[in-house]
Amino acid sequence: MVQFTPVENIPGIVQELKKNFDEGITKDLIFRKQQLQKLIQFFDENTKEIEEALYKDLHKPSIESITAEVAPVVDECKYMIKNLERLTKPTHTKKRFGLNASDKTYIRKEPKGVALIIGAWNYPIHLLLLPVVGAIAAGNCAVIKPSEVAEATNELVAKALPKYLDPRAYTIVNAGVTGTTALLEEKFDHIFYTGNGAVGRIVMSAAAKHLTPVTLELGGKSPAIVCDSADIKLTARRLLWGKFYNNGQTCVAPDYVLISQENHDDLIKAFQTTVKEFFGENPQESQSYGRIVNHRQFDRLQRILESTEGNKIVVGGQTDRENLFISPTIVSPVKGDDPNLMQDEIFGPILPVVVVKDLNEAVNIINSKDKPLAMYIFAGKSEHYNFIMDKTNSGGTLVNDTLMHLQEMSLPFGGVGPSGMGSYHGDKSFDTFTHERSTMIKSTSLESANQARYPPYTDSKKQLMSVMVFGFPAAAGAKIKTISTVFGAAWNIFFSSSGKTNQDSKL
Amino acid sequence: MSSVLTYTPYDSIEDSVHLVRRVYETGKTRSIAFRKVQLQRLYDLVKDNEERFYEALVKDMNKPRTEALTGDIAPSLEECLYFLDNLDNLSKDVKVKPRMQMNAMDDLVIRKEPLGSVLILGCWNYPVQLSLVPLAGAIAAGNTVILKLSEVSAHTAALITELFPKYLDSHCYRIVNGAVDETTALLKYKFDHIFYTGSPQVGKIVMKAASEHLTGVTLELGGKSPAIILPDADLSIVANRIGFGKFYNCGQICIAVDYVLVPEDKMDAFAEAFRKTIKTWFGEDPKQSPNYARMVSERHVDRVVGMLQNRESGAIAFGGEFDRNERYIAPTLVTDVKFKDQVLMGDEIFGPILPVIPYSNLDDAIHMVNQNLPPLVLYAFTGKKKLAQKILDNTQSGGVCINDCLMHQAEYSLPFGGIGNSGIGNYHGERSYRAFTHERSVMAKKLNMESLIAVRYPPYTDKRTNMMRMLMVTSPLSLKIKAYKGAFKKLALLIALFVVYSKRR
Repeated sequence: MVQFTPVENIPGIVQELKKNFDEGITKDLIFRKQQLQKLIQFFDENTKEIEEALYKDLHKPSIESITAEVAPVVDECKYMIKNLERLTKPTHTKKRFGLNASDKTYIRKEPKGVALIIGAWNYPIHLLLLPVVGAIAAGNCAVIKPSEVAEATNELVAKALPKYLDPRAYTIVNAGVTGTTALLEEKFDHIFYTGNGAVGRIVMSAAAKHLTPVTLELGGKSPAIVCDSADIKLTARRLLWGKFYNNGQTCVAPDYVLISQENHDDLIKAFQTTVKEFFGENPQESQSYGRIVNHRQFDRLQRILESTEGNKIVVGGQTDRENLFISPTIVSPVKGDDPNLMQDEIFGPILPVVVVKDLNEAVNIINSKDKPLAMYIFAGKSEHYNFIMDKTNSGGTLVNDTLMHLQEMSLPFGGVGPSGMGSYHGDKSFDTFTHERSTMIKSTSLESANQARYPPYTDSKKQLMSVMVFGFPAAAGAKIKTISTVFGAAWNIFFSSSGKTNQDSKL
Repeated sequence: MSSVLTYTPYDSIEDSVHLVRRVYETGKTRSIAFRKVQLQRLYDLVKDNEERFYEALVKDMNKPRTEALTGDIAPSLEECLYFLDNLDNLSKDVKVKPRMQMNAMDDLVIRKEPLGSVLILGCWNYPVQLSLVPLAGAIAAGNTVILKLSEVSAHTAALITELFPKYLDSHCYRIVNGAVDETTALLKYKFDHIFYTGSPQVGKIVMKAASEHLTGVTLELGGKSPAIILPDADLSIVANRIGFGKFYNCGQICIAVDYVLVPEDKMDAFAEAFRKTIKTWFGEDPKQSPNYARMVSERHVDRVVGMLQNRESGAIAFGGEFDRNERYIAPTLVTDVKFKDQVLMGDEIFGPILPVIPYSNLDDAIHMVNQNLPPLVLYAFTGKKKLAQKILDNTQSGGVCINDCLMHQAEYSLPFGGIGNSGIGNYHGERSYRAFTHERSVMAKKLNMESLIAVRYPPYTDKRTNMMRMLMVTSPLSLKIKAYKGAFKKLALLIALFVVYSKRR
């Protein structure tokens, strides 16, 4: 059992991190690289323990632990180490405004300060530590709060990680609801939360008290649309792989399927074959099938199954509460507004299949719900997926596969609307924890030129400012007139012997 | 409610909110051509009625024509032109280069999608710029908009309200007018983004309301923006530039110089240079000068005069006069102010009072600046790169301008926004487009290469697991080798292994 951090210690922990941030230890690039290197070392030296903890928490098969938890974080550490100079370099901008022509303008990349990172239980390593990589690379200090629901992983992280990451800059806080609420009272410089929408609202509401920016990686019902041009056999495999990966407990799992009547039966047949292929005759004995994380989630899914009409379950439907086992289950046909299967995000190994007349109906069903985190489109023709994309919105979209767009870290990953705000992965992770501080450096010379913008606002100055601000008119005649007016105005302002003229400006 | 501006009744507010959402869902604003037409019309709205805007701004706060031109009219016009020129590029899908080898054959793009129907809450100090520049961004990005104008600058609001339906598509873009009650009513509805310019206190209320719907926000707030004068700075130039940064719009700018930090031995010289500048600019009696603006309301006169009269430190070097009826406060310099002064150094001043605080060394100055919440902008005056660097490395602020004031805000290639209490998000130019856009990552995979992909499917055999492990995780053996530092040691280890191996045979 992991020991929760005493609630009364929390303000002191945050204060200490703020103090250490102000002293500048995390600003040094070499320090950041060392910490990222240390994080890689954490994975290198604890792979076995990590796999064991994940198996304990989620019955996670080794392959899933390696590919979905360990490898992405290690890869991201390496990416940040390699790219840190480029990412931290100030960006120069090309000036739009004529008056600034002789000045330097650039955007400094500065750490925000102390970040709070709250992990989730379904990928308790990846979803906790991947944002941490961004926070470290961008030069922040951080409170790292693992999900207490994935107990074994929480315990491992709490015990082992402090041996690698510098405790002056990064502190693990173990907390349940009470402790997390206490954390949210503190003032952070960025809060990164992965989880559900209900808590997302609480996080943003707490952040509002301090005007703290947030990144919320939430969820929703990610649809999988199987168009008529899709390859049914391939669709079945790629779709079900994504559905049953981690037992359906993935924020971007395909939540439900939309398909036309004519292809429906073929798809169901292909599903039945695929499930057997993947998990054998008895999935409960398969080494490749996970479990539900705890009884609370199990009971929720059990209730959904019980409310479903038996004859609609075309695959699976077996459960074993003791074992937290729910077999790979497919339900069809289901109505688009089914009060049971088509309301909340399922987050489990139950897949409803909705039959639609055409793509328009599919789009209407999708748009009747909140914008999802992911959208999957199986199509052989680009017109089909472009049609759907043009009429919908989603965090991200993947054509002809599931989940894989998350692994490609060059693509920003985040939601839209209730599925989330902000994004990360790769450069975006760095940007998330960075303040872009616009900087302009003006020279102190040419003060005489500045006279044009100071009071008293004479007509001459107005004319000159007008040109500086608007440029010259396009028409040749007007151009000539303006040039001569401006020349005269400039003469008056800068060279007139009576100094600054004091003509009254017409207001 | 004033006689100048009619507040929008609650049922009209509801109708407008629902209308713009329904219209967004029809897809009307997704068309690039449509957006360009609307941007051109927004441009025309301002250009055709420029004189009327100048009049309204005079009525609202006696804004001098030049300030109205550079601060309100020009930025609005220029931003419309920017989007007209750049919309094709901005709205285009962005191709992304994959990091993973196995995705090399796939199409990776980022699509620019509008967020939907958005709420923009304008502000009174630059009532044209702070409403229409965000509006241009929202239109360009393909959203429908509810624009709530500030009732404090009532004449400008009334003018925009009159012109809006004549120029812009009134199904897509609608105005709501009102005060606190109407704004509160608006904030209960679900929007897809809220853009607010104003105070941190109200910013918190906006963000809390947004959190109910998980709506993203851009908050352009404020704070106490300091100007640090270093010993090497030419005080006459500094006086001009700080004067510009303080008395433009009578100090009612979010990026106004709030207070000055000056080396203690330069206090008098600075005050003298400043006095000269003010006299040159506004004459002996600034109240008579046509180039000096007014406070926007009596309430704000009371607030600022109150700060001056209740101050806990400092002496008035010049200024201090005021006329409540005329909403006039003289340009005022207060020297030898103490940092601990809870009145002058409490809230953002947002008026023509400039406290000057002496410091003995740069570290003290930096320390003082850091006692306040991070401001919207930090100003520093020096020719010495190293000192400027030291200040930048040891402070935080939304933006920075070295050796001048306000100008960085006018440079629209620079993102403009705050940090912490001074704001969330940023805008201007391309960043305005981004503020109202969802970057939708799209990966389109090919239907071939299924045999390669099949490697990842269940059943997870030991063979597959070991292959994955080998490919993706550093092995314990190579860790051991890594641990041996130095090529010589590594070589020795390899030889040892070789010896052991050959002995075994």
